[in-house]
Amino acid sequence: MDLDYTDEQQAFRQEVRSWLEKHVPGKPLPSFDASREGFEAHRAWERVLAEGRWGMVTWPESYGGRGLDLIQWLIFEEEYYRAGAPLRVNQNGIFLLGPTLMEYGTDEQKARFLTSMASGDEIWAQAWSEPQAGSDLASVRATAVLEGDEYVLKGHKIWSSRAVFADWAFGLFRTDPASQRHKGLSLIFFPLNASGVRVQAIPQIDGETGFAEIFLDDVRVPAFNRLGGEGEGWNICMATAGFERGLMLRSPARFQVAARKLVELYKAHEAEVEPTVKAAVLQSWMDAEAYALSIYATASRLAAGGHIGAEASTNKIFWSEMDIAMHKAALSILGARAELLRSAPEAGDIGRWLDGYFFSLAGPIYAGSNEIQRNIIAERMLGLPRA
Amino acid sequence: MDFRFSEEQTMTADVVRELLNDVCQPADLRRLMGDGAARDEERWAKIVEMGLAGALVAEGKGGLGLSAIDFVQIAEACGYAGLPEPLVENAGVALPLLAAFSENARVAALLERALAGEVTVTVAHPANPFVADGDTAEAVLVVRDGAMHLVETAKATLVAQASVDPFRRLFTVEFEPSDATLVAGADEAGVPLAAALDRGALFAAAQMQGIAQRCVDLGVAYAKERQQFGKPIGSYQAVKHHLATAQVKIEFARPVLHAAAAQLEQGDLYSRARISQAKLACTDAADVAARTSIQVHGAMGYSWEVDVHFFLKRGIALTNWWGGTAFHRERVAARVFARPLGPEHTFAREA
Ligand SMILES: Cc1cc2nc3c(=O)[nH]c(=O)nc-3n(C[C@H](O)[C@H](O)[C@H](O)COP(=O)(O)OP(=O)(O)OC[C@H]3O[C@@H](n4cnc5c(N)ncnc54)[C@H](O)[C@@H]3O)c2cc1C
Repeated sequence: MDLDYTDEQQAFRQEVRSWLEKHVPGKPLPSFDASREGFEAHRAWERVLAEGRWGMVTWPESYGGRGLDLIQWLIFEEEYYRAGAPLRVNQNGIFLLGPTLMEYGTDEQKARFLTSMASGDEIWAQAWSEPQAGSDLASVRATAVLEGDEYVLKGHKIWSSRAVFADWAFGLFRTDPASQRHKGLSLIFFPLNASGVRVQAIPQIDGETGFAEIFLDDVRVPAFNRLGGEGEGWNICMATAGFERGLMLRSPARFQVAARKLVELYKAHEAEVEPTVKAAVLQSWMDAEAYALSIYATASRLAAGGHIGAEASTNKIFWSEMDIAMHKAALSILGARAELLRSAPEAGDIGRWLDGYFFSLAGPIYAGSNEIQRNIIAERMLGLPRA
Repeated sequence: MDFRFSEEQTMTADVVRELLNDVCQPADLRRLMGDGAARDEERWAKIVEMGLAGALVAEGKGGLGLSAIDFVQIAEACGYAGLPEPLVENAGVALPLLAAFSENARVAALLERALAGEVTVTVAHPANPFVADGDTAEAVLVVRDGAMHLVETAKATLVAQASVDPFRRLFTVEFEPSDATLVAGADEAGVPLAAALDRGALFAAAQMQGIAQRCVDLGVAYAKERQQFGKPIGSYQAVKHHLATAQVKIEFARPVLHAAAAQLEQGDLYSRARISQAKLACTDAADVAARTSIQVHGAMGYSWEVDVHFFLKRGIALTNWWGGTAFHRERVAARVFARPLGPEHTFAREA
């Protein structure tokens, strides 16, 4: 065990830091969920990142990356959040689909999709959920039937984040219409502007758009767009989900920066807040640190050739519950000001905590609800019998 | 940056784990309790044979010269087993403290016997209101007005203070401080005493981590076996979720514990906060796990017959041993409110 960064890692941190200092936009970008303008502003930022070859540092250089290891990726993320750089509009692509493509894609598929993903030219949405298939994802009904060398897609997807403005989606489809449950499913890519695709925005709890329904009516895509073998979609999706919950979706720096801001907020209002809040603030900092230490431990293991196991589920529960606790602590410090919207003249920076609180409430739901994660931990980690 | 244990570290811990698995099962604890004994001499002899007594004492002073990170998994294993004998307190805390004063001839002589495993030594540290294992220890290190004294237990007045944990032997100590007992003045004693507190808190945390995992494992084993409504209770979601919640606590206490062990030698504000964080996190995990395990066992869990209570009680004891919640939270606060925060400071040390 050696918890010091190497000189090389330190130098890398400096390199990232100075690049970000020069390039991070001075003003926060408008939300990528609220408008096309915000979305495009974020896409432009993705392009700036890609030009510096910072799109996805762990990817091979041939796909626009730097071939770095997971520890370096964590360092990059730390500097990214430290610099207050914009949220990644193409996170579905680079963090979820990307690693999966790297593992299961053919060379042609990698060449076709990865570079444009890293550059922000193609921004991806995840189209897994359906109205009747949420937690029970294996019950998806949308079909993809092979006709010649094309799949014909039909069905109804829902809760697809960023699908309103995104370019592509990766969906879970039944390629064998007679199949049941986990069998006969395939992972297929489709352009969101293809004929037969209709995207319907769904307003979220905070009034912003965020996610969408996708209606697919005889949408034709080449068979080339299937990732992995026909009928292998479930296993591939689970690999993606493992990555999502386990590592990529929520790197620790996000929470560590939030904890730092929470401590600053506490210090500014210390005289007015009740003493129990101090314990909550300290706990938030400790949780963010614990999460970071845990991810470093996982990254060390993966870098040495290990695999993500059920800890993916423990991570998801931990960060989502921590996120809520942090925001609740912030709201209790703010007291009666907590309800102010960002637009209120007195709000200052307050509205961000309220927005963050709303979004934190989704944490235990998306990426596999925490109830489902607890089932996974109990059955696969602790070996308890299935119901 | 590498967060993994070395093969050697894992191997050493595995050997201890296997030994304890053989000789320290709840049935063994019950036998010992029936005899009213504090130690199983046979078991202790086996532990001593492994040569662990001097684990944390420098090689130059006759020890193995291991560091906290080499010992932390051993302490976890002791917690997991509910080991009554003072391996953690003796090898983890008392002997390194004793070794700090080895210039003193009396200390040197005692240290030699302690390293050979012939005798144990215990510490009456200001952080703890009592001294543990006073009856079986040859001598006790006691602080008076900041100065360090070494007293043979035969020459001190020990008053037993019954603990809820049947295997903890607690005492108050009275003795006549004199030039003969004095080992070091307050100036010299301060730093080693602070280091002892850090080791004590760290290894108490490690034992808590072991206790937590043991409680979950006991609950899981029972939940697989016990049937209600025609099915194992472990197939019911409410039971699963209780146990999963406890396991999540354990998973996120572990890396904190291990980081604290790896950073202990820094001896600065950052490493102290990390040790305190580990103590708080492991204590929380042990608390949740013990209560969960009792709940999962139903009324059996409230009974003397089920083994969980051994671990619950050790947990109650260690919660406040080497500093309680308020003490450790203040040490975290000292770091959080006075030093830079944020991701690039996770592995910080004092410049
Ligand atoms: C902000 C946000 C973004 C999202 N983005 C995407 C996206 O980009 N792409 C996509 O495909 N999907 C997305 N989702 C959908 C998300 O994956 C699903 O909401 C989630 O899987 C839960 O499914 P559901 O909403 O149908 O709830 P349900 O499955 O109906 O569950 C409702 C409640 O019942 C509980 N429950 C269900 N089954 C069980 C069980 N067996 N045991 C115990 N409890 C159970 C759940 O835990 C939950 O509390 C998003 C959701 C949110 C909130």
